Amino acid sequence: MNDLLTIEQLGRSGIERILDRADEFGGIAAREVQKVPALRGKLVINLFYEASTRTTSSFELAAKRLSADVISVRSSGSSVEKGESFKDTVATLDAYDPAAIVLRHPRAGAAALMTRWTNAAVVNAGDGAHAHPTQALLDAQTLRSHFGSLDGRVIWIVGDVAHSRVARSTATALNLLGARVVLCAPPTLMPPMIGMALGCETTHSLDGLEEADAVYALRMQHERMRGGDIPSLAEYARCYRIGLERMRPGQVLMHPGPVNRGVEVTGAAVDSPASLITRQVSAGVAVRMAVLYELVAGSELATPRAAEVAA
Amino acid sequence: MSGRLAWRGGTPSDLSITSVRVVDPRSGLDGTFDVTVATGVITELRPSGESTTSSDAIDGSGMILMPAFTDPHVHFRTPGQEHKETISTGTASAAAGGYCQVIAMPNTSPVIDSPEILSGILARAAEEAVIPMGQMGAVTKGLGGLELTEMATMRQIGAVGFTDDGMPIVDAGVLRRAVRYQELSEATIALHEEDPALSLRASLNEGATSARLGLAGGSGLSESTMITRDCAIAEAEGARIHVQHLSDARSVQAVREAKARGVLVTAEASPHHLLLTEEACATLDTRTKMNPPLRFEHDRQALIDGLNDGTIDCVATDHAPHSDGEKEQPFEDAPFGVTGLETSFVSIYDELVAKGIVPLSVLVERMTSGCDPFGLPIPTIAEGQKANLVLFNTNSPWTCGEGGWASRSSNNAFVGRRFSGRVVLTLADGVEVYRHIGLGGSR
Repeated sequence: MNDLLTIEQLGRSGIERILDRADEFGGIAAREVQKVPALRGKLVINLFYEASTRTTSSFELAAKRLSADVISVRSSGSSVEKGESFKDTVATLDAYDPAAIVLRHPRAGAAALMTRWTNAAVVNAGDGAHAHPTQALLDAQTLRSHFGSLDGRVIWIVGDVAHSRVARSTATALNLLGARVVLCAPPTLMPPMIGMALGCETTHSLDGLEEADAVYALRMQHERMRGGDIPSLAEYARCYRIGLERMRPGQVLMHPGPVNRGVEVTGAAVDSPASLITRQVSAGVAVRMAVLYELVAGSELATPRAAEVAA
Repeated sequence: MSGRLAWRGGTPSDLSITSVRVVDPRSGLDGTFDVTVATGVITELRPSGESTTSSDAIDGSGMILMPAFTDPHVHFRTPGQEHKETISTGTASAAAGGYCQVIAMPNTSPVIDSPEILSGILARAAEEAVIPMGQMGAVTKGLGGLELTEMATMRQIGAVGFTDDGMPIVDAGVLRRAVRYQELSEATIALHEEDPALSLRASLNEGATSARLGLAGGSGLSESTMITRDCAIAEAEGARIHVQHLSDARSVQAVREAKARGVLVTAEASPHHLLLTEEACATLDTRTKMNPPLRFEHDRQALIDGLNDGTIDCVATDHAPHSDGEKEQPFEDAPFGVTGLETSFVSIYDELVAKGIVPLSVLVERMTSGCDPFGLPIPTIAEGQKANLVLFNTNSPWTCGEGGWASRSSNNAFVGRRFSGRVVLTLADGVEVYRHIGLGGSR
């Protein structure tokens, strides 16, 4: 594997391989020294064309725990704002000879396009509403840790499916791991044919939510109202907000963050024991360590596993 | 008053082709003939073996000789975007694809929306064009969709028709005024049918591919609803319209119904819409991004049905060159459009004719009638006619894209596809304008 662009490219075995390694890396956080030397002397660049404190810090921390050098380039205040083309920005960063470039970009396909211009391993950290494979991996990791196996589990993903790369990548990953995924959204935020495209069931109503083992609420962005996709956040909340009154005992709640309390999910649900939201965040670091490790060190080491982790 | 074709001209050709399959449905021809062209005129057309031809004749066995093609819809990017294409390279691309006549669109920079700019283009065409070309003028100033251009004056100078191609005329009142003004301009108005409220000017079709990619998709309703509206306006005003680049099954049906009730409407379809579907966009290759976008398989089938039953009058490439740098961007940022002049016939021949889906006679008819909606002559094969001919070698395999392009741009949707044959010789208005190196001989 040279790059991580989509979850589809991994297949079930690839996902499980990365999650297994993430399990091993997950133990590092509990140690006194939270670092392994796996990527010492290697450079990881975070190139972010969209603000995302959560994802950048998660990747930064993952790279640092692998002992890599890390720089983060944000479009704000950089040459990008002076009109430099995407291609030229990549060429400039490539001159530093990075081992990996982590890219967040507002356009679908940007990460795949970037592989033409750099020899570094490319990690797609979100390209438009297309894909966000490391989010999908951390979601899968969180659920697998909780349930043991995803085979036969039912996961409802509720909210703005149309504009969500999380919905696409996570639904695909969970399907590949044997779960049954139901997408639930207002008709105007559910793209025609998406159920067929992703191999999911679709519904416009929370009726039947009790079948879900896990409920995954998506962030509802305020700008969707301006686009006319929904009449108001209040009406959206009345129809789709996930609260404890809608959840049955044993169901767990997930969310990609940042949460709009009171819109897509109630504060009480977020703060309840059913919520796995903070566990998603910690799984994110371990999963991103596993991805960077596989892409950068994995290609050089014959058996890149326990020996490194134990070091 | 009529449109004017401009080109640099050339020395009338003398040549003979023996034992060639001649196909011209309008002349009722489909058989093996020996053909002689003298001083640019078809002087002999005899069943093979009956004539005595010179020893330097082209051996046409395994080849098809057809009337050269005509295309009512090409973009030559002149003036203003000559880094994509020029009149010289665009017409050379057309010649290499077997065309003897093409009509260029006015969405240039500046827009061809005034008599002065039109005169300038026709003067350049008279110097540079390798084959005869006509130029359309804009319907509205700057393609703004609001103010009519001086269509009557542009027609007197030689505009072959009028269009805002690239942009729809959204305002029904403007469209109605434009077609009523036809009494002065006496020229067909070609329409890019798109309701932007439904298309969203999106990068691709609204369907499974856009859903998977997380891209906003545009509905084909954007096209069919506008066609329905504009056919009603044309019907009420007795106007003649030509609808461009059909992509949606409902559009084909709208045109079919309009024709049945007597509306003066003609329609075109592009090779890419006849051969590809939205699935081609799955890899976000920007050579599959065009407007209207590639749609569903049932739309493609409806276009083929329309081609076969005559609802679609002609094949038009919508040849839309863009530089590599412009296309090497994220899908949403890349410009709309693909080239097509050099691959139109062979791409359709391989996929639809060779597989028995469209008869060769139908394809030849649709490839040659493109300029008819604009009152320009349809090339035919008969003794005494000016030689407007294309010779196609059915057994000359190549991979699309290898060996480069006559066009200045390479954004062809079929790059990498294996083709069975190729155009080897084109004559336009009696002049040899293209000869493939493999054919031998010289001009």
